[in-house]
Amino acid sequence: MNPQAIIDGLIAGSTIGLGAIGLTLTYSILRFANFTHGDFLAWGAYLSLSLMGLIGGLLAELGVRLAPFSFTLALPLAVVGGIALTVLLALALDKLLFGRLRARGADAIIIVMASFGASMALRSLLEFIYTAQPAYFTTALQIAKPLGLGLRATPDQLLVIGMTFVLVAVLHLIVTHSAMGRAMRAVSENPALAGVYGIDVAQIVRLTWIIGAGMACIAGVMAGLLVQIRPYMGFDLLLPLFAAAILGGIGSIPGAMIGGLIIGLAEAFAVQIVGAEWRAAISFVILVLVLMLRPQGLFGKAGG
Amino acid sequence: MTVLTVQDLRAGYDRDLAIVKGVSFGVPAGQSLSILGPNGAGKSTLIKAMAGLVPCFGGAVHLTGQDVTGLAPHHLIRRGLGFVPQTENIFTRLTIRENLQIAAQLLARPRREERIEAMFTMFPDLAARPRSLAGALSGGQRQMLAAARALLTEPSVLILDEPSAGLSPKLVGQVFDTLRRISAAGVTLLLVEQNVRAALALTERTLVLVDGQVAHDGPSAPLADGALLGRLFLGHRAEAMP
Ligand SMILES: Nc1ncnc2c1ncn2[C@@H]1O[C@H](COP(=O)(O)OP(=O)(O)OP(=O)(O)O)[C@@H](O)[C@H]1O
Ligand SMILES: [Mg+2]
Repeated sequence: MNPQAIIDGLIAGSTIGLGAIGLTLTYSILRFANFTHGDFLAWGAYLSLSLMGLIGGLLAELGVRLAPFSFTLALPLAVVGGIALTVLLALALDKLLFGRLRARGADAIIIVMASFGASMALRSLLEFIYTAQPAYFTTALQIAKPLGLGLRATPDQLLVIGMTFVLVAVLHLIVTHSAMGRAMRAVSENPALAGVYGIDVAQIVRLTWIIGAGMACIAGVMAGLLVQIRPYMGFDLLLPLFAAAILGGIGSIPGAMIGGLIIGLAEAFAVQIVGAEWRAAISFVILVLVLMLRPQGLFGKAGG
Repeated sequence: MTVLTVQDLRAGYDRDLAIVKGVSFGVPAGQSLSILGPNGAGKSTLIKAMAGLVPCFGGAVHLTGQDVTGLAPHHLIRRGLGFVPQTENIFTRLTIRENLQIAAQLLARPRREERIEAMFTMFPDLAARPRSLAGALSGGQRQMLAAARALLTEPSVLILDEPSAGLSPKLVGQVFDTLRRISAAGVTLLLVEQNVRAALALTERTLVLVDGQVAHDGPSAPLADGALLGRLFLGHRAEAMP
């Protein structure tokens, strides 16, 4: 077996884990499985791509490659804007759709179906605007550098893994140690009581979308940078995202990350052992196993 | 001075079916009031409507002169109305300290730790293991944490829904001792209780609610004669009684 599967798995797992964070947060605070979350990844990638083109066109001096990486300074700047726009998209969707259904006291299944419909609309819109042709942040070729033990990785890949770990650690610290994080955990346990304690629940809901959509945009850009950007990229990631969130335990940020890494590694090894056509089945198998054996996930609390 | 006024309040879960059907009363600052009544009379619904958890269909609630009808709970607590629900009144997956820290967030930064420590002094049981999960507390200790959380912000009115429900007689005694101290400290107290005798002994005044309406409003002491209260619960009016 090729040890390179470890690197491949860690890279795919980083994207899945970062994407699953938003999913696990909306699930634990708003109590529904949000199918549009995959589309936030795709929209984040496309919006960042458009902004990168815009910035690169306006400020040619930013067009110098940030060695050793494959992209120019225009990309990180564009991602900042892309995050803001993806967050706006999520907040608008909540205001127009999910928030209205919540206010009417709609059942979770109704909100899930609404998110399913919104997901199809968002995907079609993306295909309409950008066509189904894959797009790329960069066409520069990168040489994978040896890391020892027969492992190789490009600088972009190492950056993605490193960024992911930093982001997850910071988010985890915020949620476990700040007043904001305490309020989020309180709303996730009992929203009505949170109001009685003085928490502005609507503000926590907005915060949840901001974090979730922001991480989704970064995950989408990472996936786009390492592979390619397609309107269906988010939809194709949906099953691994759900599997990672549930494996990690709903509501747990480190859980989502570790879940993502496990799914990524399992996929990479499955590709080597049973063949690439089985990659997509791995998330499904893991999801079913977790739901049967430990439905609360690795870090979830039983009955929580 | 009247700190809390409820005027012809109508409230419920469904607009077509008012549970609270025109309730009026005023509470002077520092007074303690029991709200008694049979099961399903609408006691919890009434105080939940006052606390912003159940929609009001008509009437008004005034707190220290300001109209607070229909305000969201997080606004009401900032205006001095503390509410302790009957069940699920603490965050079990947060630590004892975190429960108090959330409430303290409403205070100016320098006062937060000071008020948390004040609560630990008032409820030594909670101070023993501040970092353990609130879900690990006993029933009586949970009620203490719920009360401490509400008292931490020094509300002008504190409303409690059956704080002694489901507790052993010894713990009921403890809870009422705590309430007596709170009342003695000058907090205006509204208490919904099934534990009629203890509630009457604690409070100066009692409101009897039957079928969403005030059936009786007067001093608590005369009601200690159980027969009178029993007839009120059945819907008889006090003045018509021998
Ligand atoms: N969440 C709810 N949705 C709809 N109806 C409710 C709800 N909660 C209570 N009710 C109804 O409102 C009426 C009054 O209930 P409420 O809980 O206010 O009574 P209570 O006086 O507090 O009774 P208890 O002494 O048993 O606590 C009951 O008929 C009850 O069925
Ligand atoms: Mg009740």
